[in-house]
Amino acid sequence: MPKRFVSWMIGGPQGSGINVAAETLAKAFSRGGLYVFANIEYHSNIMGKHSYYRVRVSEDPIHAPVEEVHLLAALDEETLFGDHHHNPEFPTHHGHVHEVVPGGGIIYDADLGDIRDRLKRDDLRLYPVPYFEMIRRALEPFGKAAEYRQYDIMRNTVALGATLAVLDYDFDLVAEVIREQFKGRRARLADLNIQALRVTYDYVHEHFGNDFPWKVRRRERRGDHILIRGVQAVALGKLQAGLGVQTYYPISPATDESTYLEAVQSKYNVVVIQTEDEISAINMAVGAAHAGARASTSTAGPGFALMPEGIGFAAITEAPGLVVFLYQRGGPSTGLPTRTEQADLGFALHPAHGEFPHIVIAPGDVVEAFYDSFEAFNWADRYQMPVIVLVDKYLASSYIAVPRFETRHLVIDRGIRYQPAGQRDGYLRHAVTESGISPWVVPGTEGVVFWTTSDEHNPKGHISEGVLHRMEQMDKRMRKLELAAREIPDSKKFTLHGPAEAQVTLVGWGTTKGAILDALEELSALNGLTFNFLQIRMMRPFPAEPVGAILRRARRVILIENNYSGQLGNLIREMTGFRIPHRVLKYDGRPFTVNEILEGVRRALENDEERIVMISSEAREVIPWPTR
Amino acid sequence: MAYAVKDYKTEVWVDWCPGCGDFGILNAIHQALAALQLPPHKVAVFSGIGCSGKTPHYIGTYGIHTLHGRVLPVATGFKLANPEMTVIAVGGDGDGYGIGAGYFLAAGRRNVDLTYIVYNNGVYGLTKGQASPTLPKGVQTKSLPEPNLMEALNPIAVALGAGYTFIARGYAYDVRHLRDLIVAAIQHRGTALIDVLQPCPTYNNIYTREYYNARVYKLEETGYDPVVHNPTDEKEIVEKKAQALLKAYENGDRIPIGIFYRVERPTLEDELAARLPHWGKALADLEPIYQRDLTPLLDELR
Repeated sequence: MPKRFVSWMIGGPQGSGINVAAETLAKAFSRGGLYVFANIEYHSNIMGKHSYYRVRVSEDPIHAPVEEVHLLAALDEETLFGDHHHNPEFPTHHGHVHEVVPGGGIIYDADLGDIRDRLKRDDLRLYPVPYFEMIRRALEPFGKAAEYRQYDIMRNTVALGATLAVLDYDFDLVAEVIREQFKGRRARLADLNIQALRVTYDYVHEHFGNDFPWKVRRRERRGDHILIRGVQAVALGKLQAGLGVQTYYPISPATDESTYLEAVQSKYNVVVIQTEDEISAINMAVGAAHAGARASTSTAGPGFALMPEGIGFAAITEAPGLVVFLYQRGGPSTGLPTRTEQADLGFALHPAHGEFPHIVIAPGDVVEAFYDSFEAFNWADRYQMPVIVLVDKYLASSYIAVPRFETRHLVIDRGIRYQPAGQRDGYLRHAVTESGISPWVVPGTEGVVFWTTSDEHNPKGHISEGVLHRMEQMDKRMRKLELAAREIPDSKKFTLHGPAEAQVTLVGWGTTKGAILDALEELSALNGLTFNFLQIRMMRPFPAEPVGAILRRARRVILIENNYSGQLGNLIREMTGFRIPHRVLKYDGRPFTVNEILEGVRRALENDEERIVMISSEAREVIPWPTR
Repeated sequence: MAYAVKDYKTEVWVDWCPGCGDFGILNAIHQALAALQLPPHKVAVFSGIGCSGKTPHYIGTYGIHTLHGRVLPVATGFKLANPEMTVIAVGGDGDGYGIGAGYFLAAGRRNVDLTYIVYNNGVYGLTKGQASPTLPKGVQTKSLPEPNLMEALNPIAVALGAGYTFIARGYAYDVRHLRDLIVAAIQHRGTALIDVLQPCPTYNNIYTREYYNARVYKLEETGYDPVVHNPTDEKEIVEKKAQALLKAYENGDRIPIGIFYRVERPTLEDELAARLPHWGKALADLEPIYQRDLTPLLDELR
């Protein structure tokens, strides 16, 4: 690979199969020993609206998208020139041609005719491919050439075949991935698609030569890798943790996790129930938790907005084993259903009325999503308080190649269980203890019964408005949070990436992690300064002392968040008194690119700007990748 | 060892108003549990919020007092995680047919094996007598400043549409009859609704004990047959539902109590048992779910 990475984009109307093409390519890259990051942008729409998928590939580990595109594959005209024709009054974008680097390439349907004037630039390599003619030729050996218009859906395979030819990547690896997608009675479709891939591959080599400067070659890589996205990592973490019941109400972008679990429920004995709404989803999960199962529900902001009373109920009744996953998307209200944001931190920190203990964590990538999802259930059992895991649309849907998860060291800890002492032995569900933990019991245990209630209660779980009962129950519940703060190691609460001491400290949480990590390497080389990155992973209980100490000894501090106000910055100020002077923010519903981190940091350091707001390259010129 | 009624009681002081219909329902539950000889540790009673919500505290089994309107989701989640337990959910008419209406419908569709007893008195008692969804339009109880503006919902009719497989009405002051209904409901495999006419002596001066005593009659004493004898016969199901619907709207001088409709249909537990090989016991201690091998799923991601 002549450059350090190659960036490919495919665009087309929803329903045209860009995701299949992109994920096939990403998988073939990963199997070819390469590192891959692939992320999709799509509309809340079933068919027709514009979507695009970026696939970034490198010989080195990579964790986020970049803006520049080396090769653009367009399934339609809108990918090139935007949606002025559907939306003349309020167009939403102007296409992706401007994101292609000088010397980069565009694969498009030759039926669009001569597009050179409309491109308004002459520094690109053009690969006009007659899509339908390729499909017709592919069908010929199967005697179906006359029906080629019915095989419109194979346009994505044509674009993929052209991509392989231009990048000069391994044909057989891609063919193998396609073959796996069509099994049993659908195997014939694999043959058709591989033929379309072959026909186009040969056509492009024959007509356009093989001189594209950004080529991708397979290589040997050490260790077993997987290509995985956030919803899968969370689902696997939950399965490993012994999840018993998963409830959900359909909502983007959380549903894919539940349907993944549903697809494997028979194999793994997990009850997956689609409920009538999110109020039911949370309460059913609380009921399952009280029955002794590890229980979970996964939702997005609008669904979480229906869950507060259930979370408060779980907290006051000390349900063990309840973990709620909040996939953040653009808010408020319905907002941007299929776009990403980190704007629900404040909500997750105050998820119901009244005061009660709960844990809030935010994994930064698929690896943390897997291990944190696992660990969250141990905490939910041990401390008998709800655990909220903040993820987002970007994590949910982005694919990344990572080393295969290691599971042998993972230990399930169901917390402190009550040992019955015989018939009617006076078990107290909310016994007041020094640690605050009241041992829990599985209902159905012989000789034991208990009561619990959403009202304030006495240790036996019966309603009480007595001053002393109120005080001892409140204090015992809150003591559990102090215990969690003491027992959970700092390594789960935050990570300081890079050197312990640096001239500039970047601060972030959740899925900005990938872009910040990728930028970190560039930054040190560019600026001649030393950088590190403080990633906050647990927001409640908040590691105020160590975080405050790190920030106070830092020379310059820059906050990076995918929201409008810098919610983590506000939390840090509340908990430590430290005010971060620079905020790099983004709230257009798209994730940070590595370019934006570099640019935001540059503006903070060079211009001393306090509030730096990024807007995605969909709507502006690309921030050029820095040259050293 | 045999369980007596007292084994299902608790020492907690019952704080309902004197003469409240809730006492009759509580007694009927105690007696039904004793009649069935269910070990207290194998029963869990759930409630919503309101006067009826206090019921679990007065019953010597597992008792979980939930949120306003959400008793059915909590009870359902519990049952699915621990299917060996006998689950009884209770709540008021405001709780079940008002704020909990969505869950009332969905529970019928799911047909989980549990019993749902609704204390139906036409008013929101604990907040001092506002109109509930079952109070007829134009009625003004002594607690209302003006007559009720909205039509009443018919719980039996709604339950028929929602898919409940056991639908009954009881009367709080006929404890023996109500006890038998509860026994039948617990024995029924599937979601059983018992709507209980339950006078509120404090706020509802219209639908009183005297009012109901003069009107209620027992369906079973009239030769009424609520049972669908061939549950695969859709025609018979519709006929039995139509018959029950006519009875549901009989609420003038004569008010029927007893079982309106009953059919044996696969429960959600039956469906789960067909899908999940190890399902059927408490998930909490089900070994296979703590020893899952993710290898095949990780292999698919290569």
